[in-house]
Amino acid sequence: MIEVTVDTIDSESLKRSLANSGAGGFCSFEGWVRDLNDGRTVKRLEYEAYEPLVLSEGQRVLDEARQRFAFLEARCVHRTGLLEIGDLAVWVGVASAHRDEAFKACRYIIDELKVRLPIWKKEHYVDGDSGWVNCERCAAHGDH
Amino acid sequence: MSDMKKTITVRYFAMFREHAGLAKETLSLDVATARDVFEQTRLRHGSGEPNGHCKVAINDEMADWSSAVKDGDTVLLFPPVAGG
Repeated sequence: MIEVTVDTIDSESLKRSLANSGAGGFCSFEGWVRDLNDGRTVKRLEYEAYEPLVLSEGQRVLDEARQRFAFLEARCVHRTGLLEIGDLAVWVGVASAHRDEAFKACRYIIDELKVRLPIWKKEHYVDGDSGWVNCERCAAHGDH
Repeated sequence: MSDMKKTITVRYFAMFREHAGLAKETLSLDVATARDVFEQTRLRHGSGEPNGHCKVAINDEMADWSSAVKDGDTVLLFPPVAGG
């Protein structure tokens, strides 16, 4: 299951929701808002998502991960809106019979989500400037 | 391709929306593919060069730049994504 929310992500309740009597291991990844990117001091982040396609493409990623790693349960939540330094922006959790599948599936899911889902991140810097991550430089130079 | 114009609704996201100054517009365009829509709207709004990390969807389904567009389609133009 994948979700998009403007609310604070509660990782403990998400973890509990993946409880499965056949699970011998659980692995999660949390993406946090940090205060430095490309040498610039970040004050806060703004996430924008196109939810209909985040949900459909995100479910596709989870289905692919299940085929590859045969886990028992997986869930992902991504926040949108204005986030402050230290806030939890994305959470991925996987429960599986053994740890190897959980680690691998968790890694696969977050890596694919980052490059495939229509989610954008605008950094607001302490100097008052702002910029879209991955967008400004390559749009200006056409070099990607 | 035919020179018949198609009515295409174009939706802009994130940086593209800021460049265009609007989130959505319906245009009459002489286009065959999603790439044509991207090029024509880029010229229209004076946006930067396209790049390989931009993505496109047609009617809420992820598509390729070579995907055909038909009259009445909604084309969603996504700048490089940055989730996580």
